[in-house]
Amino acid sequence: MPPLSTSVAGADPDALADVARSEASLRRFLHGLPGVDQVGVEARASDLGTRSIKTTAKAFAIDLAISMIDLTTLEGMDTHGKVKALCAKGIRPDPTDSSVPKVAAICVYNDLVGVAKKALRGSGVHVAAVATAFPSGRASRAVKLADTADAVSAGADEVDMVIDRGAFLSGHYTAVFDEIVAVRAACGEGRGRSHLKVILETGELQTYDNVRRASWLAMLAGADFIKTSTGKIAPAATPPVTLIMLEAVRDFREATGRQVGVKPAGGIRTTKDAIKNLVMVSEIAGDDWLDPAYFRIGASSVLNDLLMQRTKLTAGRYSGPDYFTLD
Amino acid sequence: MAGKPLLSKPVLSKHWEYAPAPESRSVVSLLPSYGLFIDGAFVDGGAGSGSFKTINPATEEVLTEVVEASSADVDRAVAAARKAYTRTWSKMSGRERGKYLFRIARLVQERARELAVAETLDNGKPIKESRDVDLPLVAAHFFHYAGWADKLAYAGFGPNPASLGVCAQVIPWNFPLLMLAWKIAPALAAGNTVVLKPAETTPLTALLFAEICQQADLPPGVVNIITGAGATGQALVEHPGIDKVAFTGSTEVGKAIARAVAGTDKKVTLELGGKAANIVFDDAPMDQAIEGIVRGVFFNQGHVCCAGTRLLVQESVADDVVKALKRRLKTLRLGDPMDKNTDIGAINSAVQLGRIRAMTDIGEAEGAERWSPKCDLPARGFWYPPTVFTGVTQAHRIAREEIFGPVLSVLTFRTPKEALEKANNTPYGLSAGVWTDKGSRILWMSQHLRAGVVWANTFNQFDPASPFGGYKESGYGREGGRHGLEAYLHG
Repeated sequence: MPPLSTSVAGADPDALADVARSEASLRRFLHGLPGVDQVGVEARASDLGTRSIKTTAKAFAIDLAISMIDLTTLEGMDTHGKVKALCAKGIRPDPTDSSVPKVAAICVYNDLVGVAKKALRGSGVHVAAVATAFPSGRASRAVKLADTADAVSAGADEVDMVIDRGAFLSGHYTAVFDEIVAVRAACGEGRGRSHLKVILETGELQTYDNVRRASWLAMLAGADFIKTSTGKIAPAATPPVTLIMLEAVRDFREATGRQVGVKPAGGIRTTKDAIKNLVMVSEIAGDDWLDPAYFRIGASSVLNDLLMQRTKLTAGRYSGPDYFTLD
Repeated sequence: MAGKPLLSKPVLSKHWEYAPAPESRSVVSLLPSYGLFIDGAFVDGGAGSGSFKTINPATEEVLTEVVEASSADVDRAVAAARKAYTRTWSKMSGRERGKYLFRIARLVQERARELAVAETLDNGKPIKESRDVDLPLVAAHFFHYAGWADKLAYAGFGPNPASLGVCAQVIPWNFPLLMLAWKIAPALAAGNTVVLKPAETTPLTALLFAEICQQADLPPGVVNIITGAGATGQALVEHPGIDKVAFTGSTEVGKAIARAVAGTDKKVTLELGGKAANIVFDDAPMDQAIEGIVRGVFFNQGHVCCAGTRLLVQESVADDVVKALKRRLKTLRLGDPMDKNTDIGAINSAVQLGRIRAMTDIGEAEGAERWSPKCDLPARGFWYPPTVFTGVTQAHRIAREEIFGPVLSVLTFRTPKEALEKANNTPYGLSAGVWTDKGSRILWMSQHLRAGVVWANTFNQFDPASPFGGYKESGYGREGGRHGLEAYLHG
């Protein structure tokens, strides 16, 4: 892992250590975070969306975006064949061009981790498993922890958990906090620990204030990544939501020195969408986050659009969708 | 804390430099020189006229040459406007006038890209702003007042409000085409004819607008555009054939105009300088407040009369706000105004750059602490980096006088009452901003702030339906919306 930026001036790893000591203190802290003005944050996101990324900057962004993709299939009809095909795509996104970087991870349901793990062996592409009764999270703590342990034992490098939105919306912040802590513990210990991405499901949290609070809650509880959505609820990763989460990880590092990653998932379909996300990363959180270790894009269809735009840049013309594989 | 490496090493270097993304200049074709637009045609200057060049402030290259109109030219333009007023425009039905204004609005939209490029070349403002702010607002103003033209009886100024006659309109260089729209659209809707003088450093879009008037088949003489400097403007506002003077610009010139028209029948509206307070309370939505501060003072290089040049921040959060502000300013992109990613463009003229330098030197000499992000200024053209002064008090000149550049003075306060007192403690009163999550405080502040516009949790928002204008030395009269019609009508 790239060095944690403990060198951030003024950062104190223990600064927020006792925030979660009681329901009252946790609530005080989360509700004491500065509010988010809806009009203002939407205007800022849309303003950053007008950045014009051309030529060399675009080429850089396309390759960076590809290397940040968590290529995802989360369907009831997923099969071994489907997962194997996706893994092949992730390792070598464009069969005709070996200079295309591989994706960051393949994201699958729990029971298919083993299949993906085998297909990806030696490639450096990670396996991410959704766990904790994804996508609703409506199961007992014991079931969620068993789900997590299952994914970890099957070899998942990364675990994408969902928070208990019901508990969050009813103000039971410590319940959400404790569950994240428990799932993190189930991810293992030490160097071999699976990384924990915490899905906030911002489409259900509804307000931007809630997005900011849930982001901090997840980071305080030990999330390695905060992730917008399951992809099963609309709206998913809207630009203002991702922007608020990028502000949160930026501010959290400033306070504690620990750098947490961000993963928008769902709704990112075009190269333009992906580049707009990278512009936000660069201008809100900073270039330290322009790294697959700290920013991921959860998507499936965006990869082919990125490949098409990449070919356009190198060949000078567009080719049709049939020149890229459907997996 | 550390788990297994997410990826053994970053695939790519982390530094992402945006490549140049210049807007095409070829969408504008400029003539080597332009005449005066009088009575529906471009004509040469008459006896006593001169000429001057207008330059691109980002490169100092000459764009075109224009006429410096003499008082004889002013006579001609006023006579043409009078003739058009008495013979055509004042007799035309509101619906017909509206038809022309709608036509102009559509032509502005059709030629928006060309006009935006011309504005950026002549003014130095970033293309992103002329494209996304100036031009959409120009079209919106014409559409708005086009709609009023046949509804004047319902505007609240009596059952049969009458037009005034010939209007002299003198506009500044900060929003050349937008200020033209603010002046011409309501005047024409109300049934007046106009003689307009654009600023000497930014005549270009007004001349292109004259072409649009021709394209729209506007009856000759309804709009006349004369170019020139201070003397031309003075001859225009002092002309006896004028019924109404509308001026936007400095308080100094505004006072001279008020003196010149005193004792005459001329109606006057003045939109002058400002020294707006942008007030940030400790419960403000902080990230958006930072954006609002940036937009408030660095928008259009601070060449904005309603710019939030005095940041009043509650002392308990002052350090955090200044820290976050500095972090944000480091991401601003200063440079070629034609680049679509440029946030801060060029200062409009060498004269204005000199004023900004003089005022900031005074700020430093008076003991305020000056800070700018590291940024490379282009070698040619007129440039000034975004600048923040901390440790400023009410007694500093940089907290009292209008600088009209990208310079922010940071002051602190302890209580809402103190914020209000400091905000109002200025000879100006054009605008103010309030940042707080508390609705009741927004209402209380806006009731007591002596400023024509108060923005709550936002800044520098403009809409043709919303009146704009000042208290005290910021001028009188309102522009925009129903209120803006009053300046051009007899009740």
